[in-house]
Amino acid sequence: MAETPLVELNDISIAFGGVRAVDHVSVDLYPGEVVGLLGHNGAGKSTLIKCLSGAYRMDSGEIRINGEKAEITNPRDARAYNIETIYQTLALADNLDAAANLFLGRELTTLTGLMDEGAMEAETRKVMGRLNPHFQKFSSPVSALSGGQRQSVAIARAVYFNAKILIMDEPTAALGPQETRMVADLIGELKKQGLGIFLIDHDVHQVKELCDRAAVMKNGKLVGGVVNVEDVTTDDLLGMIIAGKPPEGVAA
Amino acid sequence: MTDTASKDTDATRPETAKRGVFASLELDMRLLGMIGAFILIALVFNSLTGGRFLTPRNVFNLTIQTVSVAIMATGMVFVIVTRHIDLSVGSLLATTSAVMAMLQTEWLLQVFGLPLGHPALAWLAIAGGLIVGTAIGAFNGWLIGYLTIPAFIVTLGGLLIWRNVAWYTTNGQTIGPLDETFQMFGGISGTLGTTWSWVFAVVAVGAALYAQWSARRTKQGHGFPVKPLWAEGAVGALIVAAILGFIWTLTSYEVPQRVLERDFEARGEVLPEGYTAAYGLPISVLLLILVALVMTIVARRTRLGRYIFATGGNPDAAELSGINTRLLTVKIFAIMGFLCALSAVVASARLSFHSNDIGTLDELRVIAAAVIGGTALSGGIGTIYGAILGALIMQSLQSGMAMVGVDAPFQNIVVGAVLILAVLIDIIYRKRTGAS
Ligand SMILES: Nc1ncnc2c1ncn2[C@@H]1O[C@H](COP(=O)(O)OP(=O)(O)OP(=O)(O)O)[C@@H](O)[C@H]1O
Ligand SMILES: [Mg+2]
Repeated sequence: MAETPLVELNDISIAFGGVRAVDHVSVDLYPGEVVGLLGHNGAGKSTLIKCLSGAYRMDSGEIRINGEKAEITNPRDARAYNIETIYQTLALADNLDAAANLFLGRELTTLTGLMDEGAMEAETRKVMGRLNPHFQKFSSPVSALSGGQRQSVAIARAVYFNAKILIMDEPTAALGPQETRMVADLIGELKKQGLGIFLIDHDVHQVKELCDRAAVMKNGKLVGGVVNVEDVTTDDLLGMIIAGKPPEGVAA
Repeated sequence: MTDTASKDTDATRPETAKRGVFASLELDMRLLGMIGAFILIALVFNSLTGGRFLTPRNVFNLTIQTVSVAIMATGMVFVIVTRHIDLSVGSLLATTSAVMAMLQTEWLLQVFGLPLGHPALAWLAIAGGLIVGTAIGAFNGWLIGYLTIPAFIVTLGGLLIWRNVAWYTTNGQTIGPLDETFQMFGGISGTLGTTWSWVFAVVAVGAALYAQWSARRTKQGHGFPVKPLWAEGAVGALIVAAILGFIWTLTSYEVPQRVLERDFEARGEVLPEGYTAAYGLPISVLLLILVALVMTIVARRTRLGRYIFATGGNPDAAELSGINTRLLTVKIFAIMGFLCALSAVVASARLSFHSNDIGTLDELRVIAAAVIGGTALSGGIGTIYGAILGALIMQSLQSGMAMVGVDAPFQNIVVGAVLILAVLIDIIYRKRTGAS
């Protein structure tokens, strides 16, 4: 690919106390591409993408967006670069309803400067209708929702605001088969619109199906490089995750 | 899947399909519970005192005694909702009261050369007090938000610091009498009288009904389910009855004849035969109503309020959503400081002088009012009206017991027990209803 990457994560490192959670990792992402991140629990996947989403400040390394160096020191910076994130923990305010969470930090207001609750609820009903048509609990706090319903709200929030770069940290972990299908379709649709997507997922079959390229992390380091998903089998990917070695004959 | 058929009907079915009469009213059960508790307390004391508790005079006194704590309690809701605490409000009230007392009796006279009794004195003093209160509050918020010192520690230190800054401000002296205009905010010396009280009642009824109607219209405009009309009417009627009943009670409290005689004499006139006048709505209560209104709008309709509740519910989520939670903390404590100064106006004006011990133990009353009013110390939950009702319930208990002749130490034992009981009931209620 000759065009400039949408995102370049170059030589990123971050440590917590003595733990090198991410250790000199480089990954890039092109428009209209889905890059999968795989790895065992505690491998450093979430930590890596949190450097991009502004939740953590990396110790060293650089982030480039559209070829230009980007300073992302907090979540507001990331949003300014049109980076949207679905966190593994979902990051929802449990005491607020779906609409309040969807628009948190970006509330719609009327001319008086007060929040336009009606408009926000109407928009929420629209976007949720596409993601999870069974969803009806618009006036309950999200603490009253099921795990999957909560996840739908988090996904809705990430896709509503016309992101250019989407980070999805295990977005379907709590979803039923039908809802997982809908998210897969959604990823395909967003890809067509030219978004770049980082997808963290433990399901190698899902990664094989949805992603263009994939990277495997182990103990904070990248196993080999980023591989083309077409060049590897699911067994190769599993081997990389478990053994921590790139399969023979695969160009990284 | 079996539920695909029901999917479409599900999305369009109005949520009001079959519901009980009670459910249709969509009343706030917690609010009802608190009003119920308040009515019970009032009725019990009324029978114990042989009808003296619910006289217009006592209702009037009860409301003006509640104002100072209630104003601060509305700010404490924001503080507690964001999982903080403010132990310094009583001391902050003392410092701002001292500053305002000094401004109107000395500093403004010396620096600006204003004569005693000048009409601008009160307003300049109030402005000064509000600025000082807001600044101290913001400073507390900065220590808590940016330097990450726990609010408990910052305000525990503040409790000692500001109580004694107040002492040094006045050299430990009682300052008074305060300016006459200033004293209008105290209660008895500043009331609207019969006509203006009823004007207020009419405006309030109009505003309440308009708010209800426009909320309904907004919902309908987006095609959301609304209450049946009869239920809307019933709720509206209740609100109107409450407003009118309250004003009727206050306008039934007549100014004693000897006070009227004195007033007329002061103006060089003679009290006409058969002339009567009523106190009506105190300006301090009007101030509380205004604060309640503004704080409720802030809590429910502004981004600031939304961020306060989101941060209380999940601080990490708020941060990840791009909310500047540190600056938010500064704003919350600045609001608290502003409200302490406003309460200081009411409290010192009611006494007609500034005394050293003004506001002592108010931090506990204010926190108790917010908590009795349903603010959860675990954060994320609380209402402005709840805190005000909480303040009213505590004041009723205290005044009621005083009227019945309960010893002061025992009064405090009861208030303490009620605080614990209120929280227990709240916990049980939340478990039962599954609300968090
Ligand atoms: N805020 C933190 N403070 C201390 N250690 C942390 C922090 N965040 C992550 N870590 C550590 O960094 C390492 C990587 O964690 P991370 O959450 O990135 O793993 P992961 O690959 O996302 O795992 P999972 O598949 O379980 O989600 C772990 O050892 C974890 O304990
Ligand atoms: Mg993770």
